[in-house]
Amino acid sequence: MSILVNKNTRVICQGITGKSGAFHTKGCKEYGTKMVGGVTPGKSGETVEGLPVFDTVEEAVKQTGANATMIFVPPPFTADAILEAVDAGIEVICAITEGVPVLDMVHVYNVVKASNSVLIGPNCPGVITPGECKIGIMPGYIHQPGKVGIMSRSGTLTYESVWQTSNLKLGQSSCIGLGGDPIVGTSYIDLFERFEKDPQTEVILMIGEIGGDAEEKAAEYVKNHVTKPVAAFIAGRTAPPGKRMGHAGAIITGGKGTAAEKVKALEEAGIVVAPSPAEMGAVVAEALRRTK
Amino acid sequence: MKIHEYQAKELFRAFQVPILQGFVARSPQEAQDAFDKLGGSLAVIKAQVHAGGRGKGSFIEVPNQRGVQLVRSGQDAATAAKNMIGNRLVTIQTGPAGSPVNQVFLEQGCEIARELYAAVVLDRAAKLPLLMVSSEGGVEIEKVAEETPEKILREHFDPAHGLMPFQVRKLCKKLNISGSAAKSADLFFRKLCEVFVKLDCSMAEINPLVITKDEKMIALDAKITFDDNALYRHPDVKELCDVDEEEPAELRASNSGLSFVKLEGNIGCLVNGAGLAMATMDIIKYHGGAPANFLDVGGGANTQQVTEAFRIILSDPNVKAILVNIFGGIARCTTIAQAIIDASKEVGFKVPLVVRLEGTEVEEGKKMLRESGLAIISADDLTDAAKKVVASVGK
Repeated sequence: MSILVNKNTRVICQGITGKSGAFHTKGCKEYGTKMVGGVTPGKSGETVEGLPVFDTVEEAVKQTGANATMIFVPPPFTADAILEAVDAGIEVICAITEGVPVLDMVHVYNVVKASNSVLIGPNCPGVITPGECKIGIMPGYIHQPGKVGIMSRSGTLTYESVWQTSNLKLGQSSCIGLGGDPIVGTSYIDLFERFEKDPQTEVILMIGEIGGDAEEKAAEYVKNHVTKPVAAFIAGRTAPPGKRMGHAGAIITGGKGTAAEKVKALEEAGIVVAPSPAEMGAVVAEALRRTK
Repeated sequence: MKIHEYQAKELFRAFQVPILQGFVARSPQEAQDAFDKLGGSLAVIKAQVHAGGRGKGSFIEVPNQRGVQLVRSGQDAATAAKNMIGNRLVTIQTGPAGSPVNQVFLEQGCEIARELYAAVVLDRAAKLPLLMVSSEGGVEIEKVAEETPEKILREHFDPAHGLMPFQVRKLCKKLNISGSAAKSADLFFRKLCEVFVKLDCSMAEINPLVITKDEKMIALDAKITFDDNALYRHPDVKELCDVDEEEPAELRASNSGLSFVKLEGNIGCLVNGAGLAMATMDIIKYHGGAPANFLDVGGGANTQQVTEAFRIILSDPNVKAILVNIFGGIARCTTIAQAIIDASKEVGFKVPLVVRLEGTEVEEGKKMLRESGLAIISADDLTDAAKKVVASVGK
């Protein structure tokens, strides 16, 4: 078991004829993901990496039975691409694109919410179930099938934690990059709910960062609804207020969203918090030990 | 992206958000002319900088000059403009170096009955834009939020439909606004929310927002911040960017597609990914050092961009050592290694360089660095890298 995606997931790429879309379609295919096609309006009939290209997602779904998509279209067209995937009934939508206007996401978020689709991102590395299905841009070889469920707002910091848990031979059940934007499709809480129900996942690692109050809300949820051990790390302890640290979401405003506040909320919920990013793997092991 | 008050008010005028008449001036003579054009016996002259707290701020070169002043003649206006233009204004938000003032804004006076506060922001939790209004105008809103949060009224709205009339009626009821002032408020708040949506703002703040003695709601100040990701659909707004207000190194970085924030420490950081970049700053601090910057080279960085990143880091005289921390996903370790080699040829590293590489093409990248003959301190993991860079500064 795992969450969101597995060896049976059938994946298309929206924007497959673009440079990034083609490159990562190849990467996912080589990892073993069941890539079944791609979509670029006006390019139906072409092939990329031996996969058929369609004009619309609807047509791609009809012809290939796809139930997941990864989106690499440029930011001005990302909202449209996500909504097209929702319309076609795609179950798991990963929007990798960085730089989507936030008001576009206000609209998209509410449409996704009212549908049966799950949106991961935008501005995220994607989702992977090691050994079964990789949808996105993460380096596949650092992963290892195992017991840790990982969720993060940051791409490279996810890789770091994956590497650490692989080196400790814990492995991962599924890893999800939520995305660094102020509005993303999936929250920590949505994933806690799924990891809690997933028998393969024995321990959950949440990697947060400064800004907003998503980590505090997740801590509250863990306290009341999660029985599995949870570990965490918060990036940005040393970030000055008012300065945006790369991610549009990572900014401390009005004294809210500081790392100290988040760490406090997490610890109060019984979550083991790593004091340094080098110890993410170690706190996962620690959280596992505490429950045994 | 931020803009000046006078620019924000030009946008307000275009969207019919009520403002007073005003003119921008770039010399004492223009300020005098502006006063005469306004035609009243009283005007307000305001230094144009992006930072807040101007009224209490003062100029480095003319310490008794404030950033906002009442003037009663063209001569007064010219004198104040002379004190302001070309000098640096220090406020609680600018830092001790202050911000350069290149223009002033002259605005007609008005008779104020009440001062309020209004702002439209994006509420991340609700995933909707939010209008906040407070009866406590003219004071620091953070203080109000902390001490008397009940005094901040909140109304979310759907960007597709804008703020509805009933929402303004609710606000007016709670704020005790009635009669023609309420009519004015309806126009004001709904137009303000329209500006926020139509121009893709990330914040539009009015402090103070006033009700005049003749019952009109008017924006006395205006601060707008735009969503950088949406600027592509507002080329006219993009042109309002004032490069004099930007930190030069940060501007240079953004021109190269790099995300850079200058900090006060002495360890330069070059990292891929915003989260890992923040975490790298954290681990340096954890081991007793101080980061000189946040720098995310991004996923698709090429050799030229990374070389430029090194140039930017090395242009800071405070930098005593550099830590390169790369976990290659899309970014390849070989790209970074090549950039290190190129940068060393071009600019030379006079400070210790600690490099930690992991991920895509790591072995090839490490080999390139070994064979380059450069004096690089290589590190195996995050902790090792942080300890080595902190130690190299301590020497």
